[in-house]
Amino acid sequence: MIGDLPKGLRAHLPILYPAVTLVVFFVIPFGIMLAVSFFQREPGGFYTTDFSIDNYANLFTALFGRVLTFSIFISAFCALICVAVGFPFTYFITRMPRRAQVVWLVILVSVLSLSAVIVAFAWSLLLSQTAGVSNLFVWLGLMEKPVSWSPGFWALTCGMCYIAFPYTVLVLYPPLSRLDPHLPEAAQTLGASPVATFFTVVVGSLRNAIVATLIMVFAFTLGTYLIPTILGRPQHWTLSVLITDEAIYRSNLPFAAAMSVFFMVVSLALVGLTMLAGKGRGPVQR
Amino acid sequence: MNKALRPVFLSLVLIFLLSPIVVVGGVSLNEKKALYFPPQGVSLAWYVELVTEADWLVPIENSMIIATLSSLAALSIALPLAYFLWRYRVFYARAIFMLGVAPFMLPPVITALGFLAFWATVGLYGEMAATIVSHAVFFVTLPLVTISLGFESIDREIVEAAETMGADSKAVFRTVVLPMVRSYMVSGYAFCFVLSLNEYIVAYMVSGFTVETLPIKIFNALRYGYTPVMASVTIFFVVLAALIFGLIGRFGDLPRLMGALTPESRNT
Repeated sequence: MIGDLPKGLRAHLPILYPAVTLVVFFVIPFGIMLAVSFFQREPGGFYTTDFSIDNYANLFTALFGRVLTFSIFISAFCALICVAVGFPFTYFITRMPRRAQVVWLVILVSVLSLSAVIVAFAWSLLLSQTAGVSNLFVWLGLMEKPVSWSPGFWALTCGMCYIAFPYTVLVLYPPLSRLDPHLPEAAQTLGASPVATFFTVVVGSLRNAIVATLIMVFAFTLGTYLIPTILGRPQHWTLSVLITDEAIYRSNLPFAAAMSVFFMVVSLALVGLTMLAGKGRGPVQR
Repeated sequence: MNKALRPVFLSLVLIFLLSPIVVVGGVSLNEKKALYFPPQGVSLAWYVELVTEADWLVPIENSMIIATLSSLAALSIALPLAYFLWRYRVFYARAIFMLGVAPFMLPPVITALGFLAFWATVGLYGEMAATIVSHAVFFVTLPLVTISLGFESIDREIVEAAETMGADSKAVFRTVVLPMVRSYMVSGYAFCFVLSLNEYIVAYMVSGFTVETLPIKIFNALRYGYTPVMASVTIFFVVLAALIFGLIGRFGDLPRLMGALTPESRNT
């Protein structure tokens, strides 16, 4: 019967293989990384076993502080843009006929699945001098001659929003499609304008979902690695770039591991916040 | 929002989403080795180069092998796990489910670094097998969530009926459960396959210097200057993703899958 307690070893068999695989290939790697973050770097090799908190102490440098601040700033900025545009957008598509919804979802999932390398390449072309949108502006008479807008802060913002936008919509899609359609109708019957209805009823009843989405999109953009290296200048590098740089090009695995642990603590704190924000949603949903 | 503004707003979003792809598509057709948009002359030479030059064929082959096998491995981990969590009630169910979801939820660079440290310790650093296993674990979340959704959609009374008629749990699984979750398995596999094909950071950290996957190849090529081949390979990716998700959208329940794949809804 479904919902039984598993009886004996035989009943436990199906879970043995997944559990062992996940422990060996996820929990143990994670543990190794945690351990390595306390090791000493060995010039020319990987590391030597040790217990020192030097790697963590080394975190407190001006460079790390600057990169961390910029990472948080750019991620928060992109999350705000994505949610501000994505919320009304998602609201519109959830009110569409199912067929149209599926078409939009296919476009969004396809964009979301694209490698960050490809997104960065596509945007660097779109903002380039020879093939970019500035040519269109020249043709329209808005500009004198075509220019290159990449790399740069706005190129980076475009690229990050491009990968974060579909994610935002997909996170907002479930709560918005569960929103009772009678609520906005009732508000309008009572005389509220469509704009007022949108802001007071739709936004109001999904306040927690919006906050949760903001945090999730923030955490998502915080993890991007390739976009800043291609569309940004060195001063636009994020924490993910710094970690990869340290691990691969400087072969300082212990320091990279310490940065990752710190980064993970920040991310976990964010996930915790998301869960808090996700709680206590009102009874307005079906 | 105003009814008249709605189509304008939606069109702007569509332009934002599609214009990079349109430009890349145009650039891929350039006749000479130059990146012009609109293209100067029309030629498919850059698509031909993609399938004739070993430079590109090897990464394509690597990526295909990795995506095919790692998705299969992810499916093999996810199916028994989802089955067990649906079939039995155990106190550690939530913990083990979280374990399956965690690799995907953490910032990718952290998971990637964990894999790097692990494979370096084990001595398989730089092997394709390491990339395959890492991708399988990294993406196990996708089939796990889709297949769990499939199990939840099974009407328990059907299972009980089969049991009443004398089917043992093996027979129930083979004749009732498996056919009902099959389409969810296919969706989970497809998600996993496309994402593995596009994944960069894990593949790069685990064996980026020896096993060149397509995204790694593109990134490396970017450093030596742009060629229209990159545009044609991008279009190849876009078409593949659109095709696979289009099929899921056509034959599967994409709105419902979307609801399940986003963690926000799982918290509730």
